[in-house]
Amino acid sequence: MTDTKTSEPGFNPGRRSALMMMGAAGATSLVLPSMFGRDAAFAANAKADGKLVLAFSQEPTNFNPFMPHIEVDEGMYYALYDTLFDFDPAGNFFPVLAAEVPTVANGGISADGLSWKIKLKEGVKWHDGKPLTAEDVKFSLELPLDPNLRVMRTTGYKLLKDITVTSPTELTWTMTKPFAPMSAVLASTWIIPKHAFEGVADKNTAPFNNAPIGTGPFKWKERMAGDHIELEANADYHMDGPFFKTLIVKYIPDLNVMYTQFKSGDVDVVGLQWITPDHYAEAKDLPGKTVEIAGTGTFESFGLNMMRPQFQDLAVRQALYAAIDKTSIIDALYYGIPRPTETYMPQQSAYYNDALPKHEFNIAKANKLLDDAGWKKGTDGIREKDGVKLSFTNSTTAGNHLREQVQQFLQQSFKDIGVEMKISNLPPAVMWGEYWMKSQFDTVIVGLNVLMGADPDTSDYFMSTASPARGGAGQNNFCYQSAEVDALLKKGGETFVPEDRKAIYRKIQEVIRNDLPFLPMFQYAVCKGRKTSVTGPTPNVNNRIDSWNIRDWKI
Amino acid sequence: MLRYVLGRFWQSLVLLLIVSFIGFTVLSLAPGGPLSQFALSPGMTQEQLDKIATQMGLNRPLPVQYFDWLSHLVTGDWGRSYRDGQPVLTIIGQHLFATLILMGTSTVLAVSLGTTIGIVSALRRRSVFDYTMTVFAMIALSIPTFWFGLVAIYFFSLKLGWFPAGNMFTVGDGSLLDYVRHLVLPAMVLALVDVAVWSRYMRTATLNVVNQDFIRTARAKGLSRTRILFRHIVGNALVPMVTLAGLQLPALLGGALVTETVFTWPGMGRLFLDSLGYSDYPVVMGLLMTSAILVLIGNLAADLIVAAIDPRIRLE
Repeated sequence: MTDTKTSEPGFNPGRRSALMMMGAAGATSLVLPSMFGRDAAFAANAKADGKLVLAFSQEPTNFNPFMPHIEVDEGMYYALYDTLFDFDPAGNFFPVLAAEVPTVANGGISADGLSWKIKLKEGVKWHDGKPLTAEDVKFSLELPLDPNLRVMRTTGYKLLKDITVTSPTELTWTMTKPFAPMSAVLASTWIIPKHAFEGVADKNTAPFNNAPIGTGPFKWKERMAGDHIELEANADYHMDGPFFKTLIVKYIPDLNVMYTQFKSGDVDVVGLQWITPDHYAEAKDLPGKTVEIAGTGTFESFGLNMMRPQFQDLAVRQALYAAIDKTSIIDALYYGIPRPTETYMPQQSAYYNDALPKHEFNIAKANKLLDDAGWKKGTDGIREKDGVKLSFTNSTTAGNHLREQVQQFLQQSFKDIGVEMKISNLPPAVMWGEYWMKSQFDTVIVGLNVLMGADPDTSDYFMSTASPARGGAGQNNFCYQSAEVDALLKKGGETFVPEDRKAIYRKIQEVIRNDLPFLPMFQYAVCKGRKTSVTGPTPNVNNRIDSWNIRDWKI
Repeated sequence: MLRYVLGRFWQSLVLLLIVSFIGFTVLSLAPGGPLSQFALSPGMTQEQLDKIATQMGLNRPLPVQYFDWLSHLVTGDWGRSYRDGQPVLTIIGQHLFATLILMGTSTVLAVSLGTTIGIVSALRRRSVFDYTMTVFAMIALSIPTFWFGLVAIYFFSLKLGWFPAGNMFTVGDGSLLDYVRHLVLPAMVLALVDVAVWSRYMRTATLNVVNQDFIRTARAKGLSRTRILFRHIVGNALVPMVTLAGLQLPALLGGALVTETVFTWPGMGRLFLDSLGYSDYPVVMGLLMTSAILVLIGNLAADLIVAAIDPRIRLE
């Protein structure tokens, strides 16, 4: 499991924004020719020879994309299956199985967002040679509602009704309400073959689940549990590529070992959990290897429980933020790799607000803020006001040494401003269970990814009604409440003009930056490594796994 | 003899039952659970988690779950992994093969080298060889396997390029030579510690025998040195080694977690750690039962063999 609490590519019920994203996709198809499919006959000519070893530090074990799975499993889905369309690094859609990305402009989506029409590419074949048809897409879209299947999520799918196959390559549906994030849902819906489940009594144990059949660039060959999975090139792939014959997905649980095998040449591309920061200085000078820092969608923050009396006063939150020496933390503990941030939005996102007030480490200013707000030091040196002491616990994953060092560092800084921070760390299963989900903490150090794909909607995390501790449903575990943000999130979900939307989400970031329900520290960056001869691996903050474009990789 | 074996069998069965009950209870009480890995996904609601738990039968009362598992176990159905849905016995079988290759090789190396060193050290007590081997054994026993493994990889793979840096075989090759090349480093690392263990035990056991009256008698009878060495000294010194071997059987098949991790060897040790990490109860229980059975078999076999080869011991 990743130590930071990155969200698995899941779907937030509140995302209503992707409709407009669809509009942008049409334009991008002109500038990203390599990502778009050509005729199958053309693809069959692609040079497919050789072998590539991609290493992950977690083991992919779930091969049915609709069943519960973790991040690393999706690394396999991108090789085995296809979605109708997907996100490129700029956050635009490009078609995969769909002949074109449905938009309001091209008539794929009705103006009210309720009627959808999908046209599939012609001539796409499953790995077993059978043709892909609209029936397979219908089957896949209906699968999440199968009461007997253990499914990962139903968000979006449960709003679909009247899915109708109008021709072997066309289908339509209506939605019970406008739901713009549907396109983002579809960008993570890997289409699986209907015929693989015919006559299967229990889909949970279907043979397909351990011998998958897809339309993707690579075909299933074999799996050696606990060791590796071997895939081979799909010669009939409907897009450009694949460009090598054998893909080995190697499971290497220890990151030191993974790095050693990268150095020795046994591993061509270092995937999920990548090269550890302490190896970066050495790794970047390795001959024949390309090692790059890539920003991720995860940001590290000092999260506050806004229901606690200590944090009701904005001056306290501002003072705590001013007492955090971000530069020292990033440079001394994280090897200078992550980038300081003021927001939850990745700096690569089109919605990133670059004009937020810059954090300044200033103990004197922090003390003044608290003095001015009337927080006076008691005999024990801890500030107090109206019977509330500025004392709280801070929790994070026990055993995460970097965070434990950050805590000790912050403990000292906070002491300098008359604030007592006690450290109380918990094992991951306890920390990120009810303790986190039901906001039983005072403060946490947490790495969060609050976005799904390129969509800027964060209703699930910042809407007042999304806090389980206040009886809501969602992940607003900071228990943040802001009428202004609520209204903006709602408006953003209903706005379809791109520039207007950008303004709304920039504003949301500004309000949250000023309210400080969490003290943003840095945006995570990871150290990706590959053999220099390998081309294609491209960071994509909108897709959470390295192999999102494995069809384009060359060795 | 048969009565003795039968008695031990029933004892073992009761023990297994107790082990399984304790194992099952402790596992189920541990925080987290098999669904906690999915709980972090946005959009994964508590409602959905509860539904999956119900589908998997995870929220039934603990005794019901236990007896359900047990009743399947006695019919030979060890359940399916929560992670990949494969039958538990299939998974254990796959990993057991990898472990057997590695542990088998290193054990053969360790036992043959270790006992030889032990005998020679005992016979040439306080010689340069004895002192050297004693120092070597102390060093070998103190080196963390993890570190030694990485050092071995650094020199033999990265610097010299003689052996691969890990893995059991090259995918797509799989020839005997390929297996052997991959086996050398991890087997060597594992054997190093075991050689030390076996040589120390064997040295002590040999010393105990060498000073016995019957050895002096054998010498007085004018038996040849070779006959005294192999028949009287080694033969008797090996008796406690059988017990040691019996105790090592579960370790042999349980895998070597650290070495398996450093050399990315898909053996039983890593399977156990992974399954624990993901709360894959059926697999963890399967491994627990397998190792419990191996401990019992190992001990029983050692007792029977010792009784068979040592006339001083009679089983009642």
